[in-house]
Amino acid sequence: MKLARSDARFPARLKAIFDPPPGLYLRGSADPELLGRRAVAVVGARSCSPYGAQVARMLGRELAAAGLLVVSGLARGIDGEAHRGALEAGSPTVGVLGCGIDRDYPAVNATLARRMEEEGLVVSEYEAGVEPAPWRFPARNRIIAGLCEAVVVVEARERSGALITADFALEEGREVFAVPGEITSALSAGSNALLKLGAAPLTGSGDVLDALGIDRATPQVDPDVSEAAQRVLALVRDGAAAADDLTVRTSLDAGAVSVALTELELAGLVAAADGVYRAVR
Amino acid sequence: MLGRTVTHALVGLEARKVEVEAHLQNGLPGLAIVGLADRACQEAKHRVRSGIASAELEWPSRRITVNLAPAGLRKEGSGFDLPIALAILAASRQLPADRLASHAAIGELALDGRLRPVAGVLAAAEGARRAGLGRLLCAAESAAEAALAGIEPIPARHLAEVVGYLRGEYEPEAVEIASNGDAPPVELPDLADVRGQERARRALELAAAGGHNLLLAGPPGIGKSMLARRLPGILPSLTREEALEVTRIHSVAGLLSRDRPLVDRRPFRAPHHSASTAAIVGGGPGPRPGEATLAHRGVLFLDELPEFHRPVLEALRQPLEDGVIAIARAEGRAVFPSRFQLVASMNMCPCGGRGDAGADCQCSSQRLAAFREKLSRALLDRFDLVVALPRPRAAELAGEAGEPSTVVRGRVAVARDRLAGEPLARTDAATALLDRAVERLPLSGRGRARVGRVARTIAALAGAEAVAEEHLAEALAYRSPRELAQ
Repeated sequence: MKLARSDARFPARLKAIFDPPPGLYLRGSADPELLGRRAVAVVGARSCSPYGAQVARMLGRELAAAGLLVVSGLARGIDGEAHRGALEAGSPTVGVLGCGIDRDYPAVNATLARRMEEEGLVVSEYEAGVEPAPWRFPARNRIIAGLCEAVVVVEARERSGALITADFALEEGREVFAVPGEITSALSAGSNALLKLGAAPLTGSGDVLDALGIDRATPQVDPDVSEAAQRVLALVRDGAAAADDLTVRTSLDAGAVSVALTELELAGLVAAADGVYRAVR
Repeated sequence: MLGRTVTHALVGLEARKVEVEAHLQNGLPGLAIVGLADRACQEAKHRVRSGIASAELEWPSRRITVNLAPAGLRKEGSGFDLPIALAILAASRQLPADRLASHAAIGELALDGRLRPVAGVLAAAEGARRAGLGRLLCAAESAAEAALAGIEPIPARHLAEVVGYLRGEYEPEAVEIASNGDAPPVELPDLADVRGQERARRALELAAAGGHNLLLAGPPGIGKSMLARRLPGILPSLTREEALEVTRIHSVAGLLSRDRPLVDRRPFRAPHHSASTAAIVGGGPGPRPGEATLAHRGVLFLDELPEFHRPVLEALRQPLEDGVIAIARAEGRAVFPSRFQLVASMNMCPCGGRGDAGADCQCSSQRLAAFREKLSRALLDRFDLVVALPRPRAAELAGEAGEPSTVVRGRVAVARDRLAGEPLARTDAATALLDRAVERLPLSGRGRARVGRVARTIAALAGAEAVAEEHLAEALAYRSPRELAQ
């Protein structure tokens, strides 16, 4: 369906930007009023690190759980993970396309788009049949920034599209957060540069909630886990570690460490990617 | 005048009896071979003629017709040289035909009359024994191999020796060894060489105990191949039956060692990733066994799994499921046993940087996705154990030497016995844990079954009465990770 700028349901925040789109095409079962909810964008690199993917998912889940609408660009990498995180929390999420409303771009996220349509929305300023093109993505980013009160950049290279989103947000006076990354990694060059320019460093979803004046949910109490799992968890919280690393440091045997890690994974305290385990908060 | 010898042709791994008939008649002198003989077999003409002359025997200057019966069966290779020569000599009354009738023969002739060994002697010897022939005339190098079939080999170095023996003028030395005699055993690489890598070592032990297929993923140079090569060393040794089965296959492929004809170690085959489908599952007009069959009762190691051609990987699904490869040809069907354990290794991304803190992975998301899409779900489902190995820290590498293979092998043998007995029950708590895992983790129905199998092996290794929670929890740590299973 099409939502014209003159329509009363057209999101006010988006109408307020410098060059709002003439209208928005929508796809999905949610009511267009969803777009008027308090929203946060979580954006970043397409080819992200496992760490970035995990952070994006965690932010998506926690921000959605706190009642915020998570908006992103439906791209591979950070964007997709943020949407998935929001879906995990059982909340609707909004994806903004840089191509015609009928297209699934990128194709790998077609299934994700289907799931998002069930509860949330996929939107675009382009009518059906418009091909994706490089210049359309910066324009798409202005809509992402326009829909949201705050933008979180998780991982971005030096000339990333996520930085364009952050620029739009700054121009419109919206909050910009960046997740600090390793100073040696090219994948964090853009997000770290943003911090240098004065963006707020983000060390947890609570930072966003504080800035928007939303009450933090009561922190989760660690569920009951075995003594070995407690020890392993303490080490993982000190820094991401491989199973063998934990074996050496706990002097448990390899089997016992695996048992502890699965226990923590099932309790939602630890997540694994490429053989490296990280603490989830 | 007619002379007759018995030999065997190979169809796949199976020996079929072939009668070699030589007929001499008046006419223009010459030699014709009939009966679907291939090129190598047709060329026997020249070798046989020179060989007979070199043995100072008489080449009959008559018209000679050699028939290889049954004429409908395709004959390949040079093993027919000796039987053809003997049939011609019998036809020309240069050796006693009645004595020849109780022998089978196989071997290639050199131009100077020497006998050369050929592939597939064990299968041929077994064929001879089944045909009720007690003795096999063969090259001296093949004698030990032929003896494995429980037949009396008559070893000879030269055609003249064979003729001398058949005329009763010469008695060849007896061959008694029916195994490897006192040749030194082959040293297998030992697990003690592996430092650190505790999780991978554990997975290797589980793979050995439960016969699980294992996938190792990690950056280059962290010892994935090194670990895989140590799997045969912790597997239980082959029984005599199994050893004979493996030896038969390796004999047909011409891979047997002359000093140790009996293959008593589990084979380890590591084909290069450029291998064709026929090279892996077998093929060719004859059909010949491929790497999957050569790895029968042993380990097939596919290094750099995603680099293999997709059809090759898909072709492996039949042997992984059924333990045999059936190759159909217009002339018939060959069935090759191929009950191997699959170990594969892969990098985590095309550049290899992923999982390595010291390298910055520069792979684009498209390249990464293309890399992972090469592995079909169906193939990944065949790996019960998947271990991601990030680069170890220096502290782990400086650790003590690991447990030696002999110790691990002992535990594996005990666990295998236990798994062969009564199936272990699963506690209710363990089932509840598995249900919870299916809900919380990306775990398919097949994945659930895999985790159940691995948990049973873990329980058997631990000597537990039933599959408990901790066994299941550990098994869950070896499931396909989300990034591969997407």
